Amino acid sequence: MSTIENSNKDWSPRIIAFFCNWCTYTASDLAGVSRLRYAPTTRVIRVMCSGRIDPEFVIEAFTQGADGILIGGCHPGDCHYSEGNYKCLRRYHLLQRVIGQMGIDQRRLRLEWISASEGKRLQEVVNEMTETLRQLGPSPIKEVVQTVIK
Amino acid sequence: MAQDKPKLKLAVYWGAACGGCCVSVLDVHEKLLDILAHADLVFWPIALDIKYQDVEQMPDQSIDITLFNGAVRNSENEHMAHVLRRKSRILVAYGSCAYLGGIPGLANFYTKEEVFRRVYEESESLDNPQKIHPLPENEVTEGHLHIPSFYNDVLTLAQVVDVDYFIPGCPPQSERLVEVFMDIVNGSDLPLKGSVIGASSKVQCDECKRKKSDKKGITRFYRPWEVTDDGMTCLNEQGILCMGPATRAGCGVRCVEGNAPCRGCYGPLDGIGDAGTRILSAIASMLDGKEPEEINRAIDSIVDPAGTFYRFSLPGSKLRRKVS
Repeated sequence: MSTIENSNKDWSPRIIAFFCNWCTYTASDLAGVSRLRYAPTTRVIRVMCSGRIDPEFVIEAFTQGADGILIGGCHPGDCHYSEGNYKCLRRYHLLQRVIGQMGIDQRRLRLEWISASEGKRLQEVVNEMTETLRQLGPSPIKEVVQTVIK
Repeated sequence: MAQDKPKLKLAVYWGAACGGCCVSVLDVHEKLLDILAHADLVFWPIALDIKYQDVEQMPDQSIDITLFNGAVRNSENEHMAHVLRRKSRILVAYGSCAYLGGIPGLANFYTKEEVFRRVYEESESLDNPQKIHPLPENEVTEGHLHIPSFYNDVLTLAQVVDVDYFIPGCPPQSERLVEVFMDIVNGSDLPLKGSVIGASSKVQCDECKRKKSDKKGITRFYRPWEVTDDGMTCLNEQGILCMGPATRAGCGVRCVEGNAPCRGCYGPLDGIGDAGTRILSAIASMLDGKEPEEINRAIDSIVDPAGTFYRFSLPGSKLRRKVS
């Protein structure tokens, strides 16, 4: 991503979205069949549980050029596997600290609990995050990782 | 013993290193005599007076094994990495720094300017009123001075040249070195190129004798001096941050055997791209608490999470350095 794209009003962020199979992915299906319009910025990766999301997935996505990462899981207490979303929550908070220390804007990583019936909420979250990322501009991470400065 | 066999030629070199790896080679003690029965040391700056020019004049591929320890953080390190790659049949990244960047790699949390400002302007023990920074080239009355140029990014050896094998550890356990060396002397089948050798393929906890339970539920972490270790229970369960759950075994769990937590110098297991996030994941899943406030309170007790999780592996990690 170059700075030229940053100044370009047509630039739109790329969000890698990890959605849990039981809640948020179903919510995105609902948003689709309900014909809710939202920003076409997400690339959704379905995982069985938000507890399956290794922090390495997030870092990998950033290094490959994602401008933001959205993690979607079931509401606390509603996990299909009873505790997976809590594991995700703990990793998320620790990962937020680490990416902050690594000089990555913490707004580029977001965790939301969106249940299967909340298609509307999914629409809002994606639109909000797209707007936030549009203001932040393209992520510098991929370029920094690939450019060795001697 | 096989006196008719020509002796192997062995070289040891240091890049950005503390010297501990070279000392670990000396720490083989009397086994060094066994090694020297089979090998000639042709280059070893800590012990032998052989100049860079002498190495540059050796025929290509003439050194059988080179143990390169230390990260690559200036032009001298990089130059010697290229020279030794050309001269060596087998180039081994020896120790955490050459393998993943190690402790010098923590400089990747800063830029070159920040490092220079700290070292040449702000350091408490400094007397440099003119704020003089070293320059790679300089004219003085005695003539032209040239020193290596300092890089912004600390690099691992494999980020600069092709590496055959990796021996992890800070420093690697000397026994492992003798084993690997004797395998080569005895003509055993060499492992696949790019392998991590001289270490286990299991995790530290697998070899650790402390009592472990499934219920971790950590509400806060302590620095080792803040609590009294009972000497038997898993250190993480006692709230002492231990990198064992995501660190390769092979050292004999020496730190934990000595009642100190594992710091992660043996690096990640095979197939893991990013050591820091793997440790992060393991530590986070041991936390107690279901509310963000409780979780954050526990996390607040971890001093410098990124520096702790990436202590030995920042340059070799996916992000490689601080982004901005």
